[in-house]
Amino acid sequence: MDSSIIFSLRLSFQVALISTLFVAAVGICVSYVLARKEFRGRELVDILFTLPLVLPPTVTGYYLIVLFGRNGILGSHLYDLTGWSIMFTWYAAALASFVVSLPLMIKTTRAAFESIDRNLIDASYTLGHSEFVTFLKVILPLAKKGIIAGAILSFARALGEFGATLMVAGNIPGKTNTMPITIYSLANSGEWSQANFLVIFFTVISALFLFAANRFSKRIL
Amino acid sequence: MGLTVKLRKDTGKFLLDVAWEMGNEILVLFGHSGSGKSMTLQLMAGLMEPDEGYISSSGRVFYDNSKGINIKPQERRFGYAFQDRVLFPHMTVRENIFYGLQRSKRDGREEKVRHMLEVFHLEEMENKQPSEISGGQKQRVTLARALIGRPEALLLDEPFSALDNTLRIEMRQLVMRIKKEFDIPIVLVTHDILEAYTMADKVALYVGGLVAQTGTPGEIFYTPSSPDVDFYLALNFPFLANQYQK
Repeated sequence: MDSSIIFSLRLSFQVALISTLFVAAVGICVSYVLARKEFRGRELVDILFTLPLVLPPTVTGYYLIVLFGRNGILGSHLYDLTGWSIMFTWYAAALASFVVSLPLMIKTTRAAFESIDRNLIDASYTLGHSEFVTFLKVILPLAKKGIIAGAILSFARALGEFGATLMVAGNIPGKTNTMPITIYSLANSGEWSQANFLVIFFTVISALFLFAANRFSKRIL
Repeated sequence: MGLTVKLRKDTGKFLLDVAWEMGNEILVLFGHSGSGKSMTLQLMAGLMEPDEGYISSSGRVFYDNSKGINIKPQERRFGYAFQDRVLFPHMTVRENIFYGLQRSKRDGREEKVRHMLEVFHLEEMENKQPSEISGGQKQRVTLARALIGRPEALLLDEPFSALDNTLRIEMRQLVMRIKKEFDIPIVLVTHDILEAYTMADKVALYVGGLVAQTGTPGEIFYTPSSPDVDFYLALNFPFLANQYQK
């Protein structure tokens, strides 16, 4: 196995890990608000966060360019301030993975939060515990399995992200060529034996993640 | 001393409009399911907000819409035992009781937990999970957890409805002991007439979201204040009708 393939394997795991850490943190907060707070436009927020699940990855990637590109709505300010752009770096790959895998985390975690008996939360409040302590001591432990299942699914999704990643991070060998992008390149150039190896490796890994996610989500309460 | 409660809440489907007072005694909120008894407790505990009204305990005001006072449930200091036994499934018996200690100072917590385990005869199951103990034991843990923080009042929402008869009698005796030992107002919601009759120092008869009459059990059941109450009791509890005729 040549070193460029090892690089892209390592890069993929690095991107997926960073993406999943942010997905877990943001996903838990967003899910909590969606599950426990009532406000106008709640379902709209849910739809906005879920959209990347059904949009073509190229459309998601396009939005990311509009937002974070060197001339983008946010990206231009960043570039003016620092002279740096996230585009075509591995951070962009992590950002694309984050946006695309966040819906899986939110769906799973919101369901786990909503399945907690309301009376348990009320009991914690009447026993004098603040909303934050109740979140830490009652809601998080009871939703633990759903959260872990969501994080595993998100990690698997992040590992396999291709379309949006290609648009924002490109296919720069030794820099942004994650595993799925390398498979695309290998297939394009007819290097079947290496492609075969990666494809099988990917399939096995993904199946293992699904197996783990199922084991956890089945045991949600 | 005691509780003063005056509440009005219109949910669109149901109108609750009640007022009553009590001392350190057992007040039974008695009436059919859907007459607003549980809702009264939820409003008192601050889990639901009334449209208007007033709630105070021993001079401390927890809710007064005319002054814009609405204390959070965390600071109302009501011990609340829910209809369904709601122990935290991820904590042991001991941890459940300990969780009720939020309000007290750090030192002496261990002794307080030990004391409650003794009072409620739970020493032998302190390390068990809620799923491993019986219904009556769960209810005792719920009471211990609600009482360990020395609440201003105890609110019991049909606490024994899921228990069998022998256990229910035991639990009633336990509540009488709690009344003695803790000397706080106890509001007990029930639709069981025997429970109302045997436990209450005072009964508030709930009919369709209103208090039809308050008084001692004897007053309510034998000298109904109005033809309406009389009719309600005769209709719903026909065996009482025989008693009048004696």
